[in-house]
Amino acid sequence: MTEPRMIEISPVTRVEGHGKVTIHLDGENRVEEARLHIVEFRGFERFIRGRLMWEVPVIVQRLCGICPVSHHLAAAKAMDMIAGVDQLTPTAEKMRRLMHYGQVMQSHVLHFFHLAAPDLLFGFGAPAEKRNIFEVIKEQPELGKRAVLMRKYGQEIIEATAGKKIHGTGAIPGGINANLSIERRDHFLSTIDEMIGWAEDSVRLARDYTLEHEEIVADFGSFPSNYMSIVREGDGALDLYHGNLRALNAEGGIIFDQEPYTRYHDLLVEDVRSWSYMKFPFITDLGPEAGWYRVGPLARMNTASFIDTPLAEAAHKELKAVTGGSPNNSTLANHWARMIEVLHCVEKIRELLHDPDLQGTDLLAPGDRREEGIGVIEAPRGNLIHHYQVDEHDQVTYCNLIVSTTHNNEGMNRAVKDVAVKHLSGQEQITEGMLNHVEVAIRAYDPCLSCATHALGQMPLQVQLFDAQGDLVDRKAQCM
Amino acid sequence: MSGTKKETGFAFTIDGVEVTAYAGQTIMEAADEAGVYIPRLCDHQGLRHQGSCRVCTVKAGGRSVAACTQPAAPGQSVENETPHLNKMRRDLVEMLFHEGNHLCPICEASGNCELQAMAYRLDMTETTRFPYLEPCRALDASHPDIALDTNRCISCGRCIRASQDVDGKGVFGYVGRGIHRRVAVNGEDLADTDAEVTDHAISSEVCPVGCIIRKRVGFVTPIGEREFDKGLIGHEIEEKRK
Repeated sequence: MTEPRMIEISPVTRVEGHGKVTIHLDGENRVEEARLHIVEFRGFERFIRGRLMWEVPVIVQRLCGICPVSHHLAAAKAMDMIAGVDQLTPTAEKMRRLMHYGQVMQSHVLHFFHLAAPDLLFGFGAPAEKRNIFEVIKEQPELGKRAVLMRKYGQEIIEATAGKKIHGTGAIPGGINANLSIERRDHFLSTIDEMIGWAEDSVRLARDYTLEHEEIVADFGSFPSNYMSIVREGDGALDLYHGNLRALNAEGGIIFDQEPYTRYHDLLVEDVRSWSYMKFPFITDLGPEAGWYRVGPLARMNTASFIDTPLAEAAHKELKAVTGGSPNNSTLANHWARMIEVLHCVEKIRELLHDPDLQGTDLLAPGDRREEGIGVIEAPRGNLIHHYQVDEHDQVTYCNLIVSTTHNNEGMNRAVKDVAVKHLSGQEQITEGMLNHVEVAIRAYDPCLSCATHALGQMPLQVQLFDAQGDLVDRKAQCM
Repeated sequence: MSGTKKETGFAFTIDGVEVTAYAGQTIMEAADEAGVYIPRLCDHQGLRHQGSCRVCTVKAGGRSVAACTQPAAPGQSVENETPHLNKMRRDLVEMLFHEGNHLCPICEASGNCELQAMAYRLDMTETTRFPYLEPCRALDASHPDIALDTNRCISCGRCIRASQDVDGKGVFGYVGRGIHRRVAVNGEDLADTDAEVTDHAISSEVCPVGCIIRKRVGFVTPIGEREFDKGLIGHEIEEKRK
C-alpha cells in the first residue's frame, strides 16, 4: 500500500481553451475521483451590458477565434428577434447559412486532422513528440495537404460572407450586409466537387478507424446519456442553423421534441459547482442527477431523424446501423459523426452556390422592436444559446450564454473519470502516455473552454493527481 | 475658412514640389488643391480651422507650424513628408489611442475611422510604448436616434464647430482644462439637447472616430466597401496629382 496521491494534468493540450484535470488516487492507486476543471474568468455576459444592440454580434464573437461565426450568428438571431424580424429575406438567410456551413466545415476539419488525428494515427500512448500535426503531415503528406486545403475552403467561405476569415461583420440585426458576387461563387464552384470527394474520404477514414478499433471505441469513455440539439421544424431533419429543440434519452425515447428554443429556460436549468467556473446544465423535468445531457456532432446524429443531403444521409445511416438505430453512446464515435457533418456542410455549400438568391439585393427585413431576443444555433461543438434583453435606449441589460462545451460539462467529466478508472487505476507508475488517454477523451468533445468560460490571458489546460489528504502529488503541464 | 482666392497666385514649395497658393490660403488649403496630402485630424473641410491636434505640423522656414492655420507665403520652403515629422505625428496619434478607449476590433467606425486610418498611414505597427490611461467614460444612448460613445472621443472639436457654425446650435462644447479637457453635451445628456439626426454635427463625416453614432446602422457597410478599405487616408487628395 502506498500513500494516496493526486495527479494533475495541466494543461490539457490540443483543445481550445484553458483548463486542467485532477485525478485522486487512494492508497492502492485506485481512482477515487477525476474532474475536468475550468478555472478561467467568465466575463462576456457581464461586460456586454450597456453596449448597443447592433454591436452585440460583433463583440460576442470575440469569445472565440475558432468558431466566432457561431457566436456571431447566434447573437444576430437574437438581435433579429429584438429588431422584430421573424423571417429574414431569402438572400440574408442563405448567406448566413453559407457562412455557417463554411464555419462548421473548417472547425471540424481543424479538430479532426490537426488536433485528434495524431492520437488516432499514432496511438493514444505514442511518444508526446510524435503526437502533433507536423508528424501527421510528415507521415501522410496527402492527408495533411487535404486538411489544410479543406480548412482554407471553409475559411474562404466565411471571408466571402462575413468580410473576414475571423471576426467578420456580415450578420446584422434583421439580415446581412452583402450578397455573394458571381466571381466569388464561381471561385468556390471550381473546387466544390473536389471538396466533396475529400469529405467522403474523410468520412471513410473516421468510419474505418471507429469500426476497426471497435474494442477501444466501445469501451473508451462510453456511457449512456441524454442528447439534445435543434432539429428542423416539422420533419426533424439535421439543421445546423435553425429549428426546434429535441432531447432524447439513451434509448432514443423522446424527452421533449419540437420545442421552440425560446423556451430553453423552462426546459433547462444551469447548475453551479464550487470547483469549476463552467456551469452544469440539466433538463429541468429530469433533475440534476438524471437530466444531464450531451450535445455536439454525435448528439446530432442521434437526435436528427435524417440528413437532407444524400451523401451525408447514407453515412448517417451507416453510423446509426452500428447501434441498430439506437443512440450511439461512444465518445470516440464523435469523430465519425464530425466527418459526416463536414460532408453535409460541403453538400449544403454546393446546393447554396447554385441558388440565385445568393446574388439577391434584398438584404434587410423590417420589424417592430422588441425588448428580448433568444438566438440558438448548432455550433460545431453543439447547441449554442444566446439570450439578451435590451432597453428602450438600445442598450443591453441582460445576457445569458450557454455554449456547447457547457452543455457537455457533465459528459466530459464522466468521460474523464471513466477513462481514468480504466487506464490509471491500480497502476503504480503513471506515464505520460496513460495520462494522454484522459486527454483523448476530452478531445473527442472538441471542447472550447474559452467559449465556455470567457477566458482571459493564455489558455493552456492542465491534469493534477491528488492524494487522499488532498495534497498534490503529480501534475502534467504541457504546452503546444 | 480663410481668405478668398485672388486671380494671381504665388509659388512656394512643399518637399521640393512647387505649389501655387493664393493670398489668404493656408498651407494645407494650397497643398490640398495641389494634390499634396498633409495629415490632419481636427481639421475638416467646411469647418473653421482650429489647429489643436497638431498632426498637421509641418516645418516652414525652419519653424514647426500647424499647416491648417498657417498662411502660405511666397517662396516659402515647407517640409511635410519627413521621417522626423512623421514620427512626431505617429507619437501624437499613439497618444490619442492611449488617452481614450479605442477598441477597433469591435467598433462600428472601424474602416471608416480617421484615427485608425491615420495610424495605418503613419505605420503605427509597433506595440504600444505608453501606458493606457483607460479612462472611465460613459456611453450616452439617451437620444432615440443618436448615441455618443465618449470612450472614442479624441477631443478634435469638429462636432462643436459643426453644431455652432453650420447647424446654428450649441449641442456640443468643451469642458475641463488641460488633459481633462473633453467634449461634452450642453445638457444632462444628449436627449436633453436639441440634437437631431439630420444635424451636420451628427454626420459620420464630421466625427472622425466612432464617438457620434447614428443608431441602428452600425456594420451595414460590409468590409471591403468602407472608406479606408479603398485606400490610405488622404488618397483622394493625392490622386489629384496622378
